[in-house]
Amino acid sequence: MLALFISSAQAAEKGIDPMSQFEIKRFVPLEIFGVDVSFTNSAMLMLTAVALTALLLVYGMRERALVPNRLQSVAEISYEFVANMVRENAGREGMQYFPFIFSLFIFILFLNMLGMVPYSFTVTSHIIVTFALAAMVFLFVIAVGFIKNGPGFLKLFVPSGVPIAMLPLITVLEVFSFFIRPISLSVRLFANMMAGHMMLKVFAYFVVGLGLLGGWAPLLFMVAFTGLEFLVAFLQAFVFTVLTCIYLNDALHMHH
Amino acid sequence: MDPAAAKLIGAGIASTALIGAGLGIGNIFGSYLSGALRNPSAAPGQFPNLLLGFALAEATGLFGLIVALIILFVF
Repeated sequence: MLALFISSAQAAEKGIDPMSQFEIKRFVPLEIFGVDVSFTNSAMLMLTAVALTALLLVYGMRERALVPNRLQSVAEISYEFVANMVRENAGREGMQYFPFIFSLFIFILFLNMLGMVPYSFTVTSHIIVTFALAAMVFLFVIAVGFIKNGPGFLKLFVPSGVPIAMLPLITVLEVFSFFIRPISLSVRLFANMMAGHMMLKVFAYFVVGLGLLGGWAPLLFMVAFTGLEFLVAFLQAFVFTVLTCIYLNDALHMHH
Repeated sequence: MDPAAAKLIGAGIASTALIGAGLGIGNIFGSYLSGALRNPSAAPGQFPNLLLGFALAEATGLFGLIVALIILFVF
């Protein structure tokens, strides 16, 4: 049991570091105009995700069979899943933005799932990646809102049916909650992926530390927890996309 | 107080945010079950909402965990 209670300095000595799995490694160092654009493990996994998506959708749908084979049903099910989600949360008008939302969902899902492969790297456990995705969604929703409603989109911050005395306070709160969206959206995905992978790593060290005698207990826990992590990997992609649809719904349907 | 000790205590206090996440997740699943037992035919339709609520509640607690990790590893 003593192996559990080693200090962080001792842990570093033994090479135990749950953060090392998030390290970005440069495969092809490259610098253009003073900007570091090296080909990293992060970039490689993003390319893998895109390649797998293309494989699934292009190769899977090549026969266009009436009775689909396995790969084709996966492609069709994922399409139907996202299409239903957009229809339910953003209405029929939301379907014109379906390609964007579908790409977002599939990209995040593949990155999360590829991160579950042992010895690979989880791209979504870096806040800069999730923040870029969330900022894209945020700007997209603002653009759609202003194109669709013009300056009337600003009425989003002034809910109808509120007493005049309360209006300044409510407006400030609405503005604040609107601008906190990209942060909460990105931190949610990033925190879930990072915390989960770190927890798996920490328990892996417990297995090693407790050895043959006691190691099986954390090992059993890890098996169950890996299952939960697969669920979380899917759920977080789902939540990110559902929230995108809900934000889009705000921009499309202003009357509440 | 020794700054290193204060750092560890701070990280411990920050991770108490997960108490709220535990309460929230328990509340969501408990409410879903009690609702589902009253009206089992309506239960499958609310399953996506259950998962959405679960993920949202869990994420809120993880914000606190992130603060703990920032205290531990960044400062």
